[in-house]
Amino acid sequence: MAKEKKTLNLNFGPQHPAAHGVLRLILQLDGEVVEKADPHIGLLHRGTEKLIENKTYIQAVPYFDRLDYVAPMNQEHAFALAIEKILKIEVPSRAKYIRVIFCEIGRILSHILNVTTQAMDVGALTPTLWGFEEREKLMGFYERVSGSRLHANYFRAGGVHKDLPGGLDSDISEFCEKFPKIIDDLETLLTDNRIFKQRNVDIGIVSKQDALDYSFSGVMLRGSGVAWDLRRSQPYDCYDDLEFKIPVGKNGDCYDRYLCRIEEMRESVKIIKQCLTNIPKGPIKTEDGKISPPPKKELKQSMEALIHHFKLFTEGYRVEKDEIYTAVEAPKGEFGVYLISDGSSKPYKCKIRAPGFTHLQAMDYLIKGHMLADVPAVLGSMDIVFGEVDR
Amino acid sequence: MKNLVDLEKFINSELTSKINNSFIKHDNVYINIDHDELVDVISFLKINKETKFRQLIEITAVDYPENENRFKMVYLLLSHEYNQRIIIDYSIKEKEVISSITSIFPAANWMEREVFDMYGLNFKNHPDLRRILTDYGFEGHPLRKDFPLTGHNEVRYSEEQKKVIYEPVKLEQNYRNFDYESPWEGTKYIKEIKKS
Repeated sequence: MAKEKKTLNLNFGPQHPAAHGVLRLILQLDGEVVEKADPHIGLLHRGTEKLIENKTYIQAVPYFDRLDYVAPMNQEHAFALAIEKILKIEVPSRAKYIRVIFCEIGRILSHILNVTTQAMDVGALTPTLWGFEEREKLMGFYERVSGSRLHANYFRAGGVHKDLPGGLDSDISEFCEKFPKIIDDLETLLTDNRIFKQRNVDIGIVSKQDALDYSFSGVMLRGSGVAWDLRRSQPYDCYDDLEFKIPVGKNGDCYDRYLCRIEEMRESVKIIKQCLTNIPKGPIKTEDGKISPPPKKELKQSMEALIHHFKLFTEGYRVEKDEIYTAVEAPKGEFGVYLISDGSSKPYKCKIRAPGFTHLQAMDYLIKGHMLADVPAVLGSMDIVFGEVDR
Repeated sequence: MKNLVDLEKFINSELTSKINNSFIKHDNVYINIDHDELVDVISFLKINKETKFRQLIEITAVDYPENENRFKMVYLLLSHEYNQRIIIDYSIKEKEVISSITSIFPAANWMEREVFDMYGLNFKNHPDLRRILTDYGFEGHPLRKDFPLTGHNEVRYSEEQKKVIYEPVKLEQNYRNFDYESPWEGTKYIKEIKKS
C-alpha cells in the first residue's frame, strides 16, 4: 500500500534572525527536505524609484544610501557616474581616488558583515563580535569624512562633497596595517573549522551556466568560477591604475563564496593602500559652478556665488535629455542605474538594478532538495540585504 | 564581435527586418525593435556565437502617458565574452500583452513580475505572474506617472479593532512641490564665458 505523501508548509520569517531582514519565505517541506521555496519580498519597499523621480539630482543621492545600507557609498557611486557621463563632467583625479578608497571601505564593511553573520547563522558567535569591532572603526572613517556613520550622502556628480579631514589618511593607512591580522584571526576561527565546513561545503552549489542564466553577479558569479569583475573589465574612476587580484571560486558552493569574500577583503586593503600612496593633491570636485556649489567662503562676498548656491539647492542642475545605464561592482554584485533624463532638474526615470534581487530569485533553485537547516546557510552566503532587494 | 561598431553592423545585417533603429552611445549599443520580434531577437543575441549576450541584466518599463504607445519596454543584456552591453527597447500600448522571456532567461521571472506590479503590464507564458514588491491586496501601479507620490492608502494600528487597518491617506500638510523653472539654464553659458 502506497503511503500518502504529506508535505508541510512552513512560514520562515518575516521576523527571523537568519532572514537577514524582512524576508518571508514559504517553504514546502517533505520531512526535513525542502521541496519548494517561495520568497515573498517587498516588506521593506519604500518606493525609492518613485521618490527619485520627484526629487532633484542632488536630493536623490541620499536614497542610494538606504538601498544596501551596509555599503552606502558604492551605490552613490553608480548614480554619480551616470550623471557625469551624461553631462560629460571631468572628475578631478583626487576625487576619483577618494571615491575608490571609500568604495573599498564599503566593500570591507559589507564583507565583514556577511562573513560573520553567515558564521553566526551556522552557529559561530565569536566572529561577529570580532568583526563588528572593525566595522565600527570603518564607520568612524565614514563619519569623519561625511558626518554620518551609515547614510553618508558624500558622493556628488563631479566629485565628492568635501576633502578628507586632516589626519584621516594616516588613520586609514594605520587601519590597513592592522586589518589583515584580523582577517587571519577570523580565518583561524572559520576556514578550517569542522562545523563551519560541514555546514557550508557542497551546500547551495551553482554551476557556471546557471550562474549566468540566473543573472548572478559579484561573488555569486565568481564563486562559481566565472572571472568577471566590473572593476577590471569595465573600469571606472581610477581602478585602471590599481593593481589587484580577483579571487575566483571553483565549486560554486557556500564555502567557496565565503573564501572569495575573505580574499576580496585582503585585495581591498591593498587597493586602499595603493590609493593612499598615489593620491594626488588638488580639487575634490568639478569646478563647473553650475554643477558644484560654491565654497562657503565665497558665499559671504560674491553675489554670483550666492545666486548659484540658491539655484543649485532649489531648482538643482538640469541634465540634458539622455538615456544611460551605468554599473559598478558593489560588494554584492553588479549594482546598476538606468537613468532617463528629460532636460529638467529631476530624473524622468531611475531604475535601480540591485544584485540581491536577482540572487534571491534563485532561492527556489538553490535550496530545492536541501535540508531545512541549510536554508540559513544558503541565504547567508547569498549576501542579501533587504534595503536593495525591496528598494 | 570585437567592437561595438562591428556588433551594430552584424546585428543589423543578421536581423535586418527586425531592427527598426540602432545607434551607439555611452559604450552601449541601443536597438529599437518591434514588439512581435522580441523573443526572436533576444534568443538570437543569447545563442549566436558572435554576440553571446548570455546574461540578462534588467527588464524595465518607462511610462510616457502622453504617447499613443504609452509604455516603452527596456531590456538590458550583457556579454561577458566580448565585454559588451546592449539595450533593447520597443513601445507598446497599455492593454497589449507582452511575450515573457522566462523560457530564455529564468532570471526574467521576477523582473517581469516587477514590471507587472509597478506598471500593470501583462505577460503571456509567464509561469507565476503575481505582484512582487507591493503589499498583499494592493491596488494600482505605483510607477505609472499618474499614480500619486503619496499613494492612496495609509495603515495604522487601530486600538478598537486590535489590528492594523487601512485608511485613505490624510495629509496634515500638503505635499510641497515648488515650480523652480526659470530662465536659469544648465551649464551652457558659463562654458561660453570660459571660451571667450
